[in-house]
Amino acid sequence: MIELLLVPFLEAAVRTATPLAFAALGELVAERAGVINLGLEGTIIAGCLGGAAGALLGGPALGFAGAALAGMLIASVFALFVVRIGTDQIITGTALTLLGLGITGTVFHVAPAVVGAGQVIPTTGPIAIPGLSAVPILGTALFRQPLATYALYLLVPALAWWMGRTHAGLALRAVGESPEAAAAAGLSPRRIRTVAILFSGLMGGLCGGTLVLAQVGAFNEGMSAGRGFIAIAIVVLGRWTPLGTAGAALVFGGAFALQYLFQSLGSSLPYQLFLALPYVLTLVLLAALRGRAAAPARLGR
Amino acid sequence: MDILVAFWDGAFGSTYAFWSATLVRATPLLLVGLAVALAFRAGILNIGAEGQLILGAIAAAAVALQLPPAPRVVMVPLMMLAGMAGGAVWAGIAALLRRRFGVLEVISTIMLNFVALAAVSWMVRGPLQEPTRVYPMSETFAAAARWPFLITGQRLHLGIVLGLLAAGALWFVLARTAVGFRIRAIGAGARAAQSAGGVEPERVAARVFLASGALAGLAGASEVGGVTWALYEGISPGHGYTAIAVALLARLDPRWVVVSAVFFGALEAGGASMQREAGVPAVAVQIVTATILLSVLAIAQWRNARRPVGAPE
Repeated sequence: MIELLLVPFLEAAVRTATPLAFAALGELVAERAGVINLGLEGTIIAGCLGGAAGALLGGPALGFAGAALAGMLIASVFALFVVRIGTDQIITGTALTLLGLGITGTVFHVAPAVVGAGQVIPTTGPIAIPGLSAVPILGTALFRQPLATYALYLLVPALAWWMGRTHAGLALRAVGESPEAAAAAGLSPRRIRTVAILFSGLMGGLCGGTLVLAQVGAFNEGMSAGRGFIAIAIVVLGRWTPLGTAGAALVFGGAFALQYLFQSLGSSLPYQLFLALPYVLTLVLLAALRGRAAAPARLGR
Repeated sequence: MDILVAFWDGAFGSTYAFWSATLVRATPLLLVGLAVALAFRAGILNIGAEGQLILGAIAAAAVALQLPPAPRVVMVPLMMLAGMAGGAVWAGIAALLRRRFGVLEVISTIMLNFVALAAVSWMVRGPLQEPTRVYPMSETFAAAARWPFLITGQRLHLGIVLGLLAAGALWFVLARTAVGFRIRAIGAGARAAQSAGGVEPERVAARVFLASGALAGLAGASEVGGVTWALYEGISPGHGYTAIAVALLARLDPRWVVVSAVFFGALEAGGASMQREAGVPAVAVQIVTATILLSVLAIAQWRNARRPVGAPE
């Protein structure tokens, strides 16, 4: 009985966590360079649209490429304003979220064929890894997932190594702590921040791509549903480290998956309680972990 | 061309378009724009006006629906107070999290926006649902809870008067009083505020945060009392986010927020008309809003760059 509930719950938790982890890891890199990208929500919804359009043209692979490209497009505007012109990060990000939601919503209404309204979008199904997926309880959750999830299993340790052990990773963190010192050491804070922002756009786009191509199988207006903002909270909860961020994403996946669990239990509690749960959880965890201690010193400036 | 004609007709094309579409849409934007301008002046990044507005709407609707019948002169002020209290409580959570636990208000207010959406979704399907329990909305308010119209035959209501009064009061407080000086000082930086003497930045910030929430909550009360006469799930189509553009275009000056709110009200009214007449989705207005925001940011930056170092703003 426990297994009957637990296995689908864990499977749903990992599945829901996957797009969140993509977006959060991208945001993590931007934040370590001192940039808080509140436009992430805009890059995600752009990624959703790019993913749907790409997949209709040439299957899931082109879909992911389209998603990444669309995300980077929004992020490049963000980089232009924040790094080149030097505008306020928070407000520029808010504007780009509005822009992303506005453009994708308009395309959805004006040219529904582009995003495949009423058509079947080619998607990637789960792939069971032989042997590992047969492990009781955790096997299905961890090893019967779409390719995107497996990509994260490789990306998270790679990112942790890159950030902690390479010169480039050190340069990234130096810019987040003190751009002046980094510049004095011969680095270009502007170039490093631009690259970090573009990477966050790439990952935000892939978050959207995963949503469309590995989960929903369709594009809908506003389907990013606040994931960009949750991803930003995940980075804080993950204490600005790749492993912590991945772990925090999983916690959120679990919070979302609780909805399915309680539905299958036939709970009489209002479902809006579970809709609100991930956000309330964020607030509680942020308060419990006491804010900014581990934040890059020059985040947002 | 048809699109532009439809836009113009919807926003300014007739007296009805101006008084009953543009200004009615400008009303919540004015109040929420002031809420954002006030918070930003004090350096508080309140991105949560959306949630505070929703809580204000819930509180005002609860008063209108749950209290025993009362005459309008009692009911309408009660709804205003309830709306302000609802918004202030919602902002108060973020203010508390900031002061006691060091949680960035940018993140907490956005999270609270989503909780507010869940809350209104529950209200219109639970405690405040209409009696037949079919539609996700509340019962329509009794006549005494409907805010008075200002002009016969037009939909412009009391809310805009509140907005104009609030704009005047806010301008006076910010520009002419010691409290306003403190608020501007903490906006310029906590260190500047301390050196200005007698200012406790965190305490002032918390109070400004509550006042900002109250203004946004009042906008929510004004929407249910003056426009919809019932609580709906989609009570705010993103007013709290548009308000950031409203406030910034006005350069955070309450007097200019009035002008900028009317401008965005016209944009929304014209956008709705474009959708009806020319089939352009209303969401396209968000592209315009975002473009305006980015332009304002860029222009402000270029101005700063041309100013000699050390010159006052």
